[in-house]
Amino acid sequence: MMGFASTIFASGGTVDFPLLSALIAIPAAGAVLLTLLPRSRPELFRQIAVLLSVATGAISIWLLAAFDSGVDGFQFRTEHSWVSDLGISWLLGVDGISLFLIVLTGILFPIAIMAEEPDRDPKQYYAWLLLLEAGCMGVFMALDLVMFFIFFEIVLVPMYFLIGRWGHGNRVFAATKFFLYTMAGSALMLVGIVTLAVLDASRGGHALTFSLEILGDSQALAESSSWTARFVFLSFALAFAVKVPIFPLHTWLPDAHTEAPTAGSVILAGVMLKLGTYGFLRFGLFLFPEASVYFAPLFVALGVIGILYGAVVATMQRDLKRLVAYSSVAHLGFIVLGTFSLNSEGITGGLLQMVNHGVSTGALFLLVGMIYQRRHTRMIDELGGLQKSAPIMAGVFMLVMLSSIGLPGLNGFVGEYLTLLGAFMAHRWWAVIATVGVILAAVYLLWAYQRVFHGPAEGENADMPDLRFSEGLLLLPLLGLILFMGIYPKPVIERMEPSIDALIDHIEEYVEDFTEPTNDVLVATGAGHGEDTEHSGDTDDGEGSEGADE
Amino acid sequence: MMFAQVPPTTDPPVPTEFSTPDVDAWLILPLLVLIGGAVLLLMVASLVKSLQDGRFAAYATTAIAASAAICVIPLWARLNADGASSTFNGAVGFDGFSLFITVMICISVALTALVAAQYLIDEGFGGVEFYVLMLLSAAGGVVMASANDLIVLFLGLEVLSIAVYVLVASQLRRFASTEAGLKYFLLGAFSSAFLLYGIALVYGATGSTNMSTIKDFLAGNLLTNNALLLAGFALMLVGLGFKVAAVPFHAWTPDVYEGAPSPVVGFMASVVKAAGFAALIRVFVVTFSTYASDWQPAIYALAVLSLLGGSIAAVVQTNVKRMLAYSSISHAGFILVGVQAATDDGVRAALFYVAAYSVMIVGTFGVVTVFGGEGDHAHSLDDYRGLGRRRPALAFALTILLLSQAGVPFTVGFFAKLEIITAAVGAGSQWLGVIAMLAAVIAAYLYLRIVVSLFMQDADEEAEPVRLRTPDTAVAAIAIAVAAVMFFGIVPGPLDDVARDAVPVLVTRG
Repeated sequence: MMGFASTIFASGGTVDFPLLSALIAIPAAGAVLLTLLPRSRPELFRQIAVLLSVATGAISIWLLAAFDSGVDGFQFRTEHSWVSDLGISWLLGVDGISLFLIVLTGILFPIAIMAEEPDRDPKQYYAWLLLLEAGCMGVFMALDLVMFFIFFEIVLVPMYFLIGRWGHGNRVFAATKFFLYTMAGSALMLVGIVTLAVLDASRGGHALTFSLEILGDSQALAESSSWTARFVFLSFALAFAVKVPIFPLHTWLPDAHTEAPTAGSVILAGVMLKLGTYGFLRFGLFLFPEASVYFAPLFVALGVIGILYGAVVATMQRDLKRLVAYSSVAHLGFIVLGTFSLNSEGITGGLLQMVNHGVSTGALFLLVGMIYQRRHTRMIDELGGLQKSAPIMAGVFMLVMLSSIGLPGLNGFVGEYLTLLGAFMAHRWWAVIATVGVILAAVYLLWAYQRVFHGPAEGENADMPDLRFSEGLLLLPLLGLILFMGIYPKPVIERMEPSIDALIDHIEEYVEDFTEPTNDVLVATGAGHGEDTEHSGDTDDGEGSEGADE
Repeated sequence: MMFAQVPPTTDPPVPTEFSTPDVDAWLILPLLVLIGGAVLLLMVASLVKSLQDGRFAAYATTAIAASAAICVIPLWARLNADGASSTFNGAVGFDGFSLFITVMICISVALTALVAAQYLIDEGFGGVEFYVLMLLSAAGGVVMASANDLIVLFLGLEVLSIAVYVLVASQLRRFASTEAGLKYFLLGAFSSAFLLYGIALVYGATGSTNMSTIKDFLAGNLLTNNALLLAGFALMLVGLGFKVAAVPFHAWTPDVYEGAPSPVVGFMASVVKAAGFAALIRVFVVTFSTYASDWQPAIYALAVLSLLGGSIAAVVQTNVKRMLAYSSISHAGFILVGVQAATDDGVRAALFYVAAYSVMIVGTFGVVTVFGGEGDHAHSLDDYRGLGRRRPALAFALTILLLSQAGVPFTVGFFAKLEIITAAVGAGSQWLGVIAMLAAVIAAYLYLRIVVSLFMQDADEEAEPVRLRTPDTAVAAIAIAVAAVMFFGIVPGPLDDVARDAVPVLVTRG
């Protein structure tokens, strides 16, 4: 497969077949197709949705196989003019930062679609899910700022309907809160995007362009007062921070996650939360290196607060799904911490953690959904002793939970370790505090596991059916990833690394007094402040993967 | 000459004998089609008894409006070949701007006629007069858009308004309709007086009512005392601000929108607004361009007030028509942001927005007309509950139209907002852009409330469901609107190019 692919894509990743456009077009076409199908053929809806999402997933894996791991730039670039007068183009590309998020999206969507059959309107349910997939794919591939914004916004609509129509309990409130919160966050980003492009066009004396690469390299805001750039950065950061969500903008998350149907929760946690952290990496750091360095301490602090806050609140939850939702706040705090450590280890760790969190938390939500389907409750008090009636489910839950805690040998460990390593080099004491979050994660997850699966089983808990074969099959790819990425993460990391190093070089190039915080600095000064230490940090490339190989 | 002293640069030639100005009738062909069509329709329907059924009039109106729009195509080609010109001694302009607004008005009329067709018959006030008034009102709008003389502008405004006063009050059986008509008439008469007085003051300050002459005069002369001129600006702004429903001249909007027959509201929100903005742009952005720094702050303030006032007030409403009334105020604020920029980009954005909004709102009120049921009264949010199940296709169409109004991507509303923001930022008003986007988010809540009622709440079991009719003509109009909203939301290029070419070139005399 690799050999076959590399012969096709030998010319630097440009192909005749528009792989990336297909990843957007197939699910989008599926959504349209479903809308046009007559209501009288309900059996077709699910089949079409499953078929097309699996096809999309297969293409994303093909993309992974064809990806050239040694290249740091964008591959499979596709460029077409869209609204030429405004300088908007259909500009897609993949690099090591987005590759695995695309694959994650491709894998999680078929699983989410197969996870549950909706109680009503299957046609619209599957159409919205497919549209959501197209939107998520678009976000991770768009290299044009307006296009990115379009996809970033459009995903709200399907998710709004999924929560509002097929959700549980207080679904309308949760859906509306989710929509308004995230739309309010991103509203200012549009002004920021336009400001950036207009300033760039007037400075360079050329037509308006929203191309990420051009804007990132020209750094139009660098010459104007640094606060202009910082304001524009903040307009982006607000949008991403809501989406991540970073404490204190997280309050939509527990509601949305809890009330969403299982598929919605899996996608929300697995894919949509990554839109924010991905946005920070792709747009925040790249377009505004100076502002990112300037505000990094703030985001590190908020990340660590999120880790602790999420963990403490999760411990208090009585609803199992809400507990998993709050654990996301904590996990996403780790990703923010790693990203704003601004070194290779931290960013690699953060990026790995994005994928890991998608896999583990996606699986956790699937399992919680399966428990809910059987017991019609998610209250931890009402569950208990499920291990006796459902031993296989308990085993699977255990494995996923341990991966979420970050047990060595499972995927969560690698990401968390690299994140903390990077954070330690950049902000030693924050990293020390963040480590407490690792312990707290063990507390709330193990305690929840104990209350749900151990102890005496009474009433309906005693004869709850175990995992069905089809359900096990659904979880299998996720379990495989948990093990694979825990034991042998090297192929993943080596595809990410060139792009991450290029990003850090980019920041170093445009921010005068910034050097990547690394281990050497710590050793040399012992103080943890590396601003005045001359050094070129190329030695740490190997360390990242070494640390991960443990 | 009985007017105040004019500072003429040269003595105007005294005409020795009365001479009629040269008229190039081709340039006002769409206008002639609209007026001629209206008169013909009235005559034919009065003479032939069997054609008095409202259906014929509706189709005829659609045909007349469509042919007026089609007339623009050769004119557009001629414009591209020969450039802008004027006729009637410079009183009527012929440029891309007037043609653009003309087409928008004609499209809105055609769609409104389709929406109204069955409605008028069912509600029992369907006669041919309704359509004739609509066509005449549209003709007034076209006159406003092509006016190159303030008097002609006023003429157009009055033709437009008087017809709309009658249309608003046309549903005699409903008290609210009559009340709305009277309210609109009284306040509208005031606003016309303001506008006229403003025109008089501007004439006093500049010595002309011809826009080209005023523009040249203001560019070539420095007024030692411009109080008269500025007072004229202020009064004209009040008059036009009323027509486009900008805060603080908006107070009539919710009552009139709630009381007027639903298809008429769609007509008002599209045609009257489009004509009002056309006049506003031509008078302020083009004619008074040298004094931009004087009027820009005023429009800035109107924009901020309309954006925030409209969207905040909309959120607390429980009647869908009132909600849409307030949201139309917020949209007016958005367009004002483009006007405020006072640049070509700003005008282009405003035109794009006007076009997008016209189609969206006609479609929206098309659905509202259907959902209003018998008697056109079921417009509370509670009445809309469960319609997602009873009328899935229409509810879905309304959702798309509302999402477009909220500016969600892949609808034309997104690009409309993007263009406005780009124009604002390009003119250095980033903060106005920020306010506009915040207002858009607040307004989004209002659209979501309607969507929630449609899809996420079940109808009250005990209440008897409102009887709904879904006439084919209305469905066709809604389908066209939705298709346009989606098409230009994915491929905005063509509309954008036309809007760019339509940026006004004020014609010179001759």
